[in-house]
Amino acid sequence: MNFRAVRAIYLFEMARTWRTLLQSIVSPVVSTSLYFVVFGAAIGSRITSVEGVSYGTFIVPGLVMLSVLTQSIANASFGIYFPKFVGTIYEILSAPISYFEIVLGYVGAAATKSIILGLIILATAGLFVPLQIHHPWWMLAFLVLTAVTFSLFGFIIGIWADGFEKLQMIPMLVVTPLTFLGGSFYSVNMLPSGWRTITLLNPVVYLISGFRWSFYEIADVSVGLSVGITLMFLAICMVVVWWIFKTGYRLKN
Amino acid sequence: MRAMSPIISVANLSKTYGSGFKALDNINLEINRGEIFALLGPNGAGKTTLISIICGIANLSQGRVIVGGHDINKQYRAARSLIGLVPQELHTDAFESVWATVSFSRGLFGKPKNPAHIEKVLKDLSLWDKKDAKIVTLSGGMKRRVMIAKALSHEPQILFLDEPTAGVDVELRKGMWEVVRTLQASGVTIILTTHYIEEAEEMADRIGVINKGEIILVADKAGLMQKLGRKQLKLHLQGRIDAIPAALAPYNLELADGGRELIYNYDTKGERTGITSLLSDLRGAGIRFNDLETTQSSLEDIFVSLVRRT
Repeated sequence: MNFRAVRAIYLFEMARTWRTLLQSIVSPVVSTSLYFVVFGAAIGSRITSVEGVSYGTFIVPGLVMLSVLTQSIANASFGIYFPKFVGTIYEILSAPISYFEIVLGYVGAAATKSIILGLIILATAGLFVPLQIHHPWWMLAFLVLTAVTFSLFGFIIGIWADGFEKLQMIPMLVVTPLTFLGGSFYSVNMLPSGWRTITLLNPVVYLISGFRWSFYEIADVSVGLSVGITLMFLAICMVVVWWIFKTGYRLKN
Repeated sequence: MRAMSPIISVANLSKTYGSGFKALDNINLEINRGEIFALLGPNGAGKTTLISIICGIANLSQGRVIVGGHDINKQYRAARSLIGLVPQELHTDAFESVWATVSFSRGLFGKPKNPAHIEKVLKDLSLWDKKDAKIVTLSGGMKRRVMIAKALSHEPQILFLDEPTAGVDVELRKGMWEVVRTLQASGVTIILTTHYIEEAEEMADRIGVINKGEIILVADKAGLMQKLGRKQLKLHLQGRIDAIPAALAPYNLELADGGRELIYNYDTKGERTGITSLLSDLRGAGIRFNDLETTQSSLEDIFVSLVRRT
């Protein structure tokens, strides 16, 4: 195991975060605060409570997940796409380092960033609404699992993308809609039964539901199912990454 | 010093790209420890593809490559640890400092921190006073040296320089050659690709010529020039002649400069160059000359004739 290489990549990626602090940390915090103002204060004043929790409080886990999902994908996809774009990837490919170590460095850094960001947003939310976390360890577990899974997913997008447009396409057209429709701002139980069934095909529902359960012990689907679906998505991403490196897809051809 | 076992051995290597383009066709090549090997070839000949495969950047389609006794696929860690690569294009992280990017390379190759070594590399490449500068602020020549510094950061035994002096001014090119010679003196094996014949002629111990994905020649530089070097004898005549006398037909002479010059091509490797008999036959034909000169074909001429032949 080439730990020094993993460390080098990890620190390089983290250094990029500090260099672009405004873009990496400040802008997601600002946009989340806006959600609180719009949804929490303006709309929340008309919805008294959802399943026994005030509306402002109810949306916190969904908002954290929204940021963690989008930031994980953005960080990881950009992290690997950029060396491909400027050509510095040659050095990574020519180094005595295994695929696993490359992924560990890039995905580790991307996940770290989005976990830090998730916690910052959580703290920001605490300024707007009272928070309670029933199962802090489960909360952290969901946070880490989601950050890692979606960083892997972002890594795949970054390898696949051969232009900046493609880099933006999946997050914009797939992930953001799925997150908005995944119960960030409402309980799936509030939907008519037909829509409810369709919504259950959305994998993000399970992430948000599980995460929200760790806060308030209210969930749209069972916690076991949430963990199971997330692990399944993680496994799929791992298989795809394994295939990418095995074939050298868009890296070595 | 020059051990008999090659440090790099390429056997039956072929590379076909996804598009069906065959970039390399059954390459067999051995690089000796400690030598400077120049790989010459026109653009698109396969030089960069060959280097990319040896360094792990591209997959091979067929064949085998052994670096320092290690198979590049099965023992890629051991093989790649020995290699430093300076690619043709200036691929750099714009916003990193010189020191950070060179230290990063060393870490990537799994070597423990060694600020003294990095300091030495930067000083050798005249980059020391730029160590804290962001790469984006450097000139093209400096960026090129940063890339060499990155490649040397992990103390490689083999250094690949892909077109090291492409687009580099004369002064800097000379400086680069100096660096390469110093490296060779310290025991590093150097493989450089170039299409500047001058560079190969100046630097290399051995030369390989690649064209259309095939190695068409590998030879000792001196031997190559001797083997293929043709010499030319030019005679400046006292008066003009209209035609070459029939008696001189066997020499295949050329008439130039409006009949004032006779040109004779001969082979230095032949036992008899034919010069003595030519001169006496000229006298016999009554042709007088007042000056003569000989010229040897350069590596460039050799190269052009080789590439044309294939």
